[in-house]
Amino acid sequence: MNVRIYVPRDTSANACGADEVAAAIDEQAQARGIAIELVRNGSRGMCWLEPLVEVETERGRIGFGPLTVEAVAGLFDAGFPNTDSHALCLGPVEDIDWLKQQQRVCFSRNGIIDPISLDDFEAHGGWQGARRALAMTPQDIVSAVTESGLRGRGGAAFPCGIKWQTVHDQPAAQKFIVCNADEGDSGTFSDRMILEGDPYRLIEGMLIAGIACGATQAYVYLRSEYPLARRVLSEAILRARTAGWLGADVAGSGRAFDIDLRIGAGAYICGEETSLLESLEGKRGQVRFKPPLPAIKGLFGQPTVINNLITLASVPDVLVNGAQWYRDLGYGRSRGTLPIQLTGNIRRGGLVELGFGVSLRELLYDYGGGSASGRPIRAVQVGGPLGAYLPESQFDTVIDYEAFAAIDAMLGHGGIVVFDDTVDMAEQARFAMEFCAIESCGKCTPCRIGSRRGVEVIDRLRQGVDAQANRVLLDSLCDTMQHGSLCALGGLTPLPVKSALRHFSEDFHSTKVQL
Amino acid sequence: MKPAAKSSPAGNPLDADTRSRIEQIIQPMSGLPGALLPILHAIQDAFGHVPAASVPLIANALNLSRAEVHGVISFYHDFRSTPPGRHVLKLCRAEACQAMGARALEAQLVSRLGIGFHETTADGSITLEPVYCLGNCACAPTAMLDDKVHGRLTLQRLDALIDGCGKAS
Repeated sequence: MNVRIYVPRDTSANACGADEVAAAIDEQAQARGIAIELVRNGSRGMCWLEPLVEVETERGRIGFGPLTVEAVAGLFDAGFPNTDSHALCLGPVEDIDWLKQQQRVCFSRNGIIDPISLDDFEAHGGWQGARRALAMTPQDIVSAVTESGLRGRGGAAFPCGIKWQTVHDQPAAQKFIVCNADEGDSGTFSDRMILEGDPYRLIEGMLIAGIACGATQAYVYLRSEYPLARRVLSEAILRARTAGWLGADVAGSGRAFDIDLRIGAGAYICGEETSLLESLEGKRGQVRFKPPLPAIKGLFGQPTVINNLITLASVPDVLVNGAQWYRDLGYGRSRGTLPIQLTGNIRRGGLVELGFGVSLRELLYDYGGGSASGRPIRAVQVGGPLGAYLPESQFDTVIDYEAFAAIDAMLGHGGIVVFDDTVDMAEQARFAMEFCAIESCGKCTPCRIGSRRGVEVIDRLRQGVDAQANRVLLDSLCDTMQHGSLCALGGLTPLPVKSALRHFSEDFHSTKVQL
Repeated sequence: MKPAAKSSPAGNPLDADTRSRIEQIIQPMSGLPGALLPILHAIQDAFGHVPAASVPLIANALNLSRAEVHGVISFYHDFRSTPPGRHVLKLCRAEACQAMGARALEAQLVSRLGIGFHETTADGSITLEPVYCLGNCACAPTAMLDDKVHGRLTLQRLDALIDGCGKAS
């Protein structure tokens, strides 16, 4: 029998050479007359071990990593694939503590299955949630999601069930489901990993949303920076349609539901839900005034559920295991699990899915193993480019929406970017303003102009020009942006700036002038 | 918002063949709800940029004004009105990459290539673009050369990528 070998086809794994490693393994196996079956799985999320190659054995899947093309021949010399004595051998992958201690719900299949194999998907619990949904009334589905306590994973943390209920209650003939896969926050890649590693999970979640809310047409709005995710999802949509899970008669139920994949064009602001809808309509991605809410008047003026990808990907398990089961995971008013992404200057970076309630410190040191550089961790930015910078004194904060709000920070989409002690926090604050200036949609003045002025004021502060006056000016500018902007881009850009000022004020002192 | 494109709104007139290719792209997509972005992507995929002279054709097919089409092209960072170099190198400038030395990579690129972001080398080999996150944040710093993402970049590996583009130092 052929030995089954898994090499991830995932952007991060490929960025570290997985395609080349797969080709080298194939070549070596052929040259040595070893019969193998090469499967391109998704990633387990242990990014520091990528490319992580796995061999299926009676003892489970044995991991090797991080593998390089150069190491492949030597690995075969040492008896690969029937060896576990090589220096790069990690033993059974499922026994690696980093993975074993997680609570994987959304990521239960990632790295395990062949992402586009419908057989694999079904053999690992796929479509169970959709089958349940097809046997339930729409109201019962919405109620289950409401009772689960699931909140939007894009960053705003709005209760998903309330959004669905609103759309469910609208009498419109045409409603839409929109998946926000415009994952633009630096330090996040969980959407991408689902798309590349378990795309049918998203399709299933969207189908359930469609059944619950009475929508027959759905869109995935995917950022253009993810070409591999685009290829995998396109293929998955085609296969799901061929298999009858999308189309005019979903799984013989007589109900119609279909998904169209649309690609963004490099605008960060299109991750904001109303900009995204404008973009889907073929317009400039400019933020809309609210109200009306998208749930009442959304895409093409119709009631629209617009959810983050992880929110939708969480739904199948809510239906399969029950609202109470999901609710029992978590902490405070943050229920369920959050896929956390450990990134930047971190030794063991990757995807950690856990129930809410774990502390930042456990994530950074127990999972992350400290900084990649070996220097002290000085600051972490949580929640993307609009998230606050936290100093070491706040590392005991637990992953919980309310706990973060209480320290003027936010969880956002669950991205944690780690910086060591070489970071210049005034430079980071300047970048926050610069990024806002580059990505502002231009509709409201506090964001469009305020961000440009913000860069200039921080430049003057760093040069020590009128430090006292410019510090007052910067505070005032931040207040204006925070309270006067139309959406979260202008409204939250002050968060990284003010937190840098508050916790790392020494970095803003010029060598000549003290504040 | 990105700065306005420099080319004139009318651009160079299209030859008959190009015009026909553009019309063949637009025609089957013009009935899609929200067709403009898919059409612009398809044209850029085919030509490497969105020729200014295609704007009236798109406007006509979608019953939009030319100004509306131009407004959409100029809003999105991805769409370009002039052809790029033979290779497009996108360097991630976002925080996770910054934490792993992206600023040094940026300085090296600018100094070695002698161009800034959104510019193309004189020999037409490389267009340099900034990008804000490629989703490879646990294996930073990251760049994308054409469609391939490269992680755990060092100054040496970045140099090798540029060498591979046929650009002499």
